[in-house]
Amino acid sequence: MRDGSLEHLKREGRIVVVGASLAGLRAAETMREKGFAGSLTMIGDEPYEPYDRPPLSKQVLLGNAVADHTALPRRRAIDADWRLGVPATGLDMAARRVRLGNGDEVEYDRLLIATGVRARPWPNAEEGALQGVFVLRTRDDGEGLQRALAAGPRRVLVIGAGFTGSEIASACRERGLDVTVAERGEAPLVGALGGVIGEVAAGMHRENGVDLRTGVMVTSLESDPSGRVRAAHLSDGSTVEAEVVVVSLGAQRNTEWLAGSGLGAGPRGIACDAGCRAFDVRGIVTDDIYVAGDVARSPHALFGYQFLSLEHWGNAVAQADTAAHNMLSESTDRRPHLWVPAFWSSQFGVNIKSVGVPPMGTEIMITQGSLAERRFAAVYGYQGRMIAAVTFDNCRWLPFYEQQIESTAPFPPPFSTVDRRSDGIKPLPADFPDPSVPTHGPTITLSGYSPADRKMTFTPGR
Amino acid sequence: MRLVVDLNRCQGYAQCAFLAPDVFAMHGDESLLYNPNADPEQREDVLRAVAACPVQAILLEITDEDMAKMAAPQAVAGAGSASGGAR
Ligand SMILES: Cc1cc2nc3c(=O)[nH]c(=O)nc-3n(C[C@H](O)[C@H](O)[C@H](O)COP(=O)(O)OP(=O)(O)OC[C@H]3O[C@@H](n4cnc5c(N)ncnc54)[C@H](O)[C@@H]3O)c2cc1C
Ligand code: SF4
Repeated sequence: MRDGSLEHLKREGRIVVVGASLAGLRAAETMREKGFAGSLTMIGDEPYEPYDRPPLSKQVLLGNAVADHTALPRRRAIDADWRLGVPATGLDMAARRVRLGNGDEVEYDRLLIATGVRARPWPNAEEGALQGVFVLRTRDDGEGLQRALAAGPRRVLVIGAGFTGSEIASACRERGLDVTVAERGEAPLVGALGGVIGEVAAGMHRENGVDLRTGVMVTSLESDPSGRVRAAHLSDGSTVEAEVVVVSLGAQRNTEWLAGSGLGAGPRGIACDAGCRAFDVRGIVTDDIYVAGDVARSPHALFGYQFLSLEHWGNAVAQADTAAHNMLSESTDRRPHLWVPAFWSSQFGVNIKSVGVPPMGTEIMITQGSLAERRFAAVYGYQGRMIAAVTFDNCRWLPFYEQQIESTAPFPPPFSTVDRRSDGIKPLPADFPDPSVPTHGPTITLSGYSPADRKMTFTPGR
Repeated sequence: MRLVVDLNRCQGYAQCAFLAPDVFAMHGDESLLYNPNADPEQREDVLRAVAACPVQAILLEITDEDMAKMAAPQAVAGAGSASGGAR
């Protein structure tokens, strides 16, 4: 439809971005780079300009950086009207209007939703509000937790051994603090990387002096008379005395503000098409509302068009770029979001990186190095093809595996590597927990189904 | 100065840690830790690290505030260092 409406939008349209963090900022920069000259409004409920979260569980807790000094560098000026410290509370799709918490309304021609996720709170609100109980998602959380650690608590209890929980435990050990980690699953990181790698992670915790308790749940928190947490009770009957408790039970999507709007938004995120356009509740794609970052759930051609929700920094950046591009393009010029999932984590001095979608894997094979040395590369297989890879202190090989995954290389891989040890002779079950039993903090959730591959060539079934 | 490193892209080559050791440091063999709010005085070193990173993983922004902080010493040394290749 080349009727000049796109030119008009670019010249004097109104774009509103809700969620002023990594995805929102990078999208805004791309819009301006693409020549968008109209009005741009950035709405964020945090009172701060966009900042980076990964340092909060790493540099900040180690004392190498300050929580309020992680503002994101800008790629360019975006000349926006910033509405910070005020949440969006409603959306009127017909009138193309966003309602704000202070009663204001902002009209848009194109809307980008990048409201991300928040930390899942401790289920008992009264216990969660005790002094000394923390979650870690925001700058304020990071500052509070770092101050509590600096005070030298006798013991820290981390509930949940996903990536964030493990990084927090690692930081505590580096600061010389005693720390207990309680995880409902059989090992740390099982939800994200499976049992074979989880066992390696468990070894890292224990060797570094973490009191790791797996297969247990924390059932309640106990306070002293002054309202400070003093102990936690576990499902195995034991009690852990701790002055600081960090609840690290994964995340919840910030979609409540869209309830009743008619947009396809719910606890699993906002579903969108491969071009980042949001679906409405009828399953019909909108043409003026786009989604990016942690809050999005989008189909990926490389992974059978399953809807992926990825809580990954790199996904927020890449999806924001694609959304911004598509918001300002004719339909035939739009691009699909085909970024191959990737993330990193740094814990106990080990660099963990991954590409692809490990939880889709049913088998795993160590292709380089050895688990015992904690320097290795492993690939995940699904129905005879390589679907993901993970490295521990071996990241230079990751681009190679990424290229293999993109070209739907076979599993087990036919190549033999020079540095393969005995671990890797044959594939093992990847050993992911039963998906109906929740674990703490898997970073990828899957749903939906349809076969195809990234190059969009049709491969008839065999 | 604000900086962020795309750690998906970073390959842990440590050039940055070598060129600007007050801002970048290796943690273990391969993990990179950096100060996201480096002192403007580190500007020359950080610019060298940005240029040397083999995978262009470092994004740096020198804000107006940084420029103001640097203004005084630069009035003396600025001309020389600018012609020396600072970008
Ligand atoms: C401690 C920590 C460590 C991490 N480490 C890593 C790592 O090592 N590697 C990695 O790949 N990823 C990591 N991540 C994940 C990464 O930070 C996220 O993927 C990224 O922040 C997603 O960006 P986003 O913009 O989509 O969402 P967010 O950063 O969550 O931003 C959403 C913003 O929208 C705001 N908002 C929500 N609702 C509303 C509303 N109704 N109105 C207005 N504003 C609203 C929120 O307050 C927030 O500011 C880490 C995250 C945390 C918290
Ligand atoms: S120079 Fe680049 S690749 Fe090397 S450690 Fe620094 S950021 Fe990473």
